[in-house]
Amino acid sequence: MLNRRTFMKGLAGAAALGGLAACAGNTPRARPHVVVIGGGYGGATAAKYLRMWSQGAVDVTLIERNPAFVSCPMSNLVVGGYRELADISVSYAALQSKWGVRLITDEATAIDHARRTVSTTANGVLSYDRLVLSPGIDFMTAAVPGLEGNFERLPHAWKAGPQTVLLRQQLQDMPDGGVFAMHVPKSPYRCPPGPYERACVVASYLQRHKPRSKVLVLDANTEIQSKKALFTKAFQSYGKLIEYVPNSDLRSVDAASRSAELEFDRVRADVLNVIPPMRAGSIAVRAGLPLVNGRWVDIDWLTMEAKGVAGVHVLGDALQPAPGMPKSGHMANQHAKLAAAAVLNLLAGEPPSPAPVLTNTCYSFVDDRNAIHVASVHQYDADKRQPMPVEGAGGLSTAASDLEGQYAFAWAKNIWADMLS
Amino acid sequence: MKKESKVKLSPILASLCLLGVGLSISGAAAAADANLARNLAATCANCHGTDGHSAGGMDSLAGEARDRLMQKLLAFKSGSRPATIMHQIARGYSDDQLALIAGYLSARPAHE
Repeated sequence: MLNRRTFMKGLAGAAALGGLAACAGNTPRARPHVVVIGGGYGGATAAKYLRMWSQGAVDVTLIERNPAFVSCPMSNLVVGGYRELADISVSYAALQSKWGVRLITDEATAIDHARRTVSTTANGVLSYDRLVLSPGIDFMTAAVPGLEGNFERLPHAWKAGPQTVLLRQQLQDMPDGGVFAMHVPKSPYRCPPGPYERACVVASYLQRHKPRSKVLVLDANTEIQSKKALFTKAFQSYGKLIEYVPNSDLRSVDAASRSAELEFDRVRADVLNVIPPMRAGSIAVRAGLPLVNGRWVDIDWLTMEAKGVAGVHVLGDALQPAPGMPKSGHMANQHAKLAAAAVLNLLAGEPPSPAPVLTNTCYSFVDDRNAIHVASVHQYDADKRQPMPVEGAGGLSTAASDLEGQYAFAWAKNIWADMLS
Repeated sequence: MKKESKVKLSPILASLCLLGVGLSISGAAAAADANLARNLAATCANCHGTDGHSAGGMDSLAGEARDRLMQKLLAFKSGSRPATIMHQIARGYSDDQLALIAGYLSARPAHE
């Protein structure tokens, strides 16, 4: 039976054979090398767990373009003015100092999965034995005429960072009596409850500071996509402050006038927050990985390798999700652990675990302190070859509460530590 | 290209295979199960901290007595212990899985 010791022994054997490995035609390396692209909820977790679970026997390089991690979850509180960007930012330093991850602050530009190399902008070409790709999402900006090049005037704030601050600024600059309009793209998109949480948190700010204003939620979907009953109740609690309009197909936008052309209507807003349609991060698309509907990477759920592409393990929002599986940071963290375990097994010549389990927990704020949750547990189904939500498990809050608000902050603290400390 | 990459082993693994420096595996199932408890317990870490060491605001589970942990998990699962979310999560795991989780976390040192 394989245990940690024999795994270590196996890897030590591999190290001794480093010279022979060179004969196979790749860069000789003393130890297995895993490259991780993307330091978000998925990639950062994978980098840490690969080092932790291998007890340092596997070299891990993390390529991340941003100098610090900024969390998308909790970022709506920054938009609402209840938190600062610094409160939702975490350094990558401990991944290096505590876990021995080699951190490269750079852009990964291309993957050659046949040669097992990654190209970067400033750090040349890196060879890998296995690649963990956690690229997040990129926007299909061209799908909304008028949007291209106008994210300063029409912020998406769907990747946390400067865009979050920009949307906050525009909300602050909005006059009392103004309209904050947001457009929600058709599912699937990153963070299903996120737009509705944003509507609530923005309304909470307006209620206190600009009560004659309005939040207009223009949803391309037929209904609220997550926590529907709870968000419906929260919207109602804001009275006329929030107007929810389902079936709102966005045809185009005009940045100069901040207006949105819908199928049957034209809306002019003081702040226009368009969350564009999205797909897997563009590096996944450029690498030629198999995509479902041209958007999401199709994977083998036991190893999380892209189908037909050995050695490229894909995580997080970029995936074609299994049934009932949301595109959430929490889920990306769980993907990362599944992938890390599989990568280490495969490096040791072992099959991956045949019965992985993943959970999701997602808190949303309905104001500055009260939160609601949705949770689910997903067990691998061998017949369906993918994880399936466990019937009778998971569920929603009974009502928004201050207690769950406290749990939401504790969740953030703990998951950030689980990834980065 | 894809086909080629599919069958291509990493050079290290190829070397291992060629020289027969395999790992002592008694069988695929046993090998696959070796880290089952660790992997299951890792699903708790998002909220309760890596290896059950809470970063604050949630219960630390590392080093807690196995029976006590198991008792709590089963009480969440049955609904007899009040909760906001744990009753929903505990129901997603079999009793065997919960026992593995309790065993793993109880064996972690209480402090890092």
